[in-house]
Amino acid sequence: MDVTLRRKTRQVGAEHNPSPPQAKDHARFCAFPPWRVPRKTASMALMSWLTNLVRPKFRALVGGAKDIPDNLWDKCPGCGAMLFKRELEEHSNVCRHCGHHMPLDPVRRLALLLDEGYTLVSLPAVTVDPLRFKDHKRYADRLRDAQRRTGRHDALLVGEGTLGGHPAVVAALDFSFLGGSMGMAVGEGLVAAAERAVATRSALIVVPSSGGARMQEGMFSLIQMPRSIVAATQVKEAGLPYIVVLTDPTTGGVTASFAMLGDVHLAEKGARIGFAGARVIQSTIRETLPPGFQRAEYLLEHGMVDAVVTRAELKDSLANLLGLLRPRPSRRPRLSLLSGPVPHGARNSVSPDAASRART
Amino acid sequence: MHVLDFEKPVAELESKIDELRHLSGDGPLPIADEVGRLQDKVNRQLVALYSKLTPAQKVQVARHPDRPRSVDYIRTLITDFFPLAGDRTFGEDLALIGGLGRLHGQACVVLGQERGHDTESRLKHNFGMAKPEGYRKAQRLMHLAERFGLPVVALIDTAGAFPGVEAEARGQAEAIARSLETCLALTVPIVACVIGEGGSGGAIALATGDRVLMSEHAIYSVISPEGCASILWRDSGKAAEAASALGLTAQDLNRFGIIDTIVPEPLGGAHRNPESAMAAVGAALSEALEPLLAMDSRTLVAARRAKYLAMGRKGLT
Repeated sequence: MDVTLRRKTRQVGAEHNPSPPQAKDHARFCAFPPWRVPRKTASMALMSWLTNLVRPKFRALVGGAKDIPDNLWDKCPGCGAMLFKRELEEHSNVCRHCGHHMPLDPVRRLALLLDEGYTLVSLPAVTVDPLRFKDHKRYADRLRDAQRRTGRHDALLVGEGTLGGHPAVVAALDFSFLGGSMGMAVGEGLVAAAERAVATRSALIVVPSSGGARMQEGMFSLIQMPRSIVAATQVKEAGLPYIVVLTDPTTGGVTASFAMLGDVHLAEKGARIGFAGARVIQSTIRETLPPGFQRAEYLLEHGMVDAVVTRAELKDSLANLLGLLRPRPSRRPRLSLLSGPVPHGARNSVSPDAASRART
Repeated sequence: MHVLDFEKPVAELESKIDELRHLSGDGPLPIADEVGRLQDKVNRQLVALYSKLTPAQKVQVARHPDRPRSVDYIRTLITDFFPLAGDRTFGEDLALIGGLGRLHGQACVVLGQERGHDTESRLKHNFGMAKPEGYRKAQRLMHLAERFGLPVVALIDTAGAFPGVEAEARGQAEAIARSLETCLALTVPIVACVIGEGGSGGAIALATGDRVLMSEHAIYSVISPEGCASILWRDSGKAAEAASALGLTAQDLNRFGIIDTIVPEPLGGAHRNPESAMAAVGAALSEALEPLLAMDSRTLVAARRAKYLAMGRKGLT
């Protein structure tokens, strides 16, 4: 059955006789009478009629129906199929029809990647709203809204523990928090994550999902590019693996800094990854963009990522990599005589250059 | 000369002076006093205007078509200049010119973002918007500097890295990230000066220096005011508001501790007296380099990292 047809059947079904999207979901679907059909389906013409006219009446009749959460269903942006939210969550927000990878919030990202028993790394406080930025709305208010909505103080969440038995620190960005943008809090959080990785001899795995720099912090956000790179460099120089898992979407100043400097780059299937946004490029060059432009597969083809993985195989891939890239003790460069003076960090470390030469 | 809208009263006076001079050519008229009086007035107006330029006006000055560009700086300040081309991987990028030369006698590697000064040269230099090969050439030259213990001098003047299909295909983000990484790990001193517009990632890719200088009326920003306005205000006409909100002037950034030094510009901006503007930048670059040249590479790299790690951590209210 093609997608459109399936959707139509379901709409009609929802109106009169709730028939299931798939036979095996029948019982589950029927457990929810039509007036409990989630608001998100209202984007469909018939459903909006249903929501606007029928549902309020039903609600009035059945009193108290308002309290029932109306986010039981999600529509797949890839194929348009309606997905039962709980089941979607069981699949880590991947559509079971088309395999589309939807955003995964950082709490669940850490739970997906780290073994049970991991802990959150507390991140340092930073100066909030250094520019007292205001457009239509004050940045301080936007920030407070995002904090209230997510219960977190900024877009980065860092956990430490083990991944497939290997010590690991995972730093994940939350796209739903002001576009996952990198301001002072995110930069400082990455520095803290790197320090934690070095202190515990763990691999650092970063999972960006970001629109880029947080422009409401002006140049304070741009300087997070070098700052995040200093963080990544410290991990590399300590002989520890630094792995980047690019997720949808990763663009701008985040891609152009710590997200492109991993020892290994993995990208989630279909993720949009690039420097300039597609719209900006289109308005600059005024031509249509090639199919699949800036998708994970495009980056693989162009040599910018090592592998495109599905979310289901992500943890196993990482565990395998961490098993192969065993942390090495910090060491002095073997080829120092050839390269002249070699920089040393505060940690008796080697230059990235010398380290990469020594590795090959 | 191109006249900015807020400079119009000054331009009118200046054209009056020209007219008088022209008339005096026809016969012996007692105009010296009059010209002197007008010139004083021009100067007073320029002082008044340029001492309190709004951020939006600074954006205009920073992008002024007659402002000296990297090629002018190199021609004026760098002796024995030998341009070097290509990234040895894909191609040559004239948006980023580089080479070897001497600044006040000190041999160095020079990197300069070049926007061009007329249509032809702007096209040739891709309006100063470098592609990955530009950033990779910069990395190559920085490694060259490292091999021969030469300091790196970077002149920053770009609207940003080039946003285009081929730039993305060749890894624009990686090229910028790697360039930043190279700056941070460099075992020789690197000093950067924003001479015009420091546009976002494309600028900081080369401006991550031991010392970062900015010309008095230059700007340095995470996003262009126009881009910011169209995203946050949903109206690119609000660029002036965005320019004020972004804190992109040399004075703001110096106060924030993001840049180290403001290089004064001649009265009325660098475009009115390019020679003296360039001389001031040259002197400031040499002055910034001097203490760095005495540092050993280990201390230098550690200090550079510490500098960037400390940024934004204190001194803010």
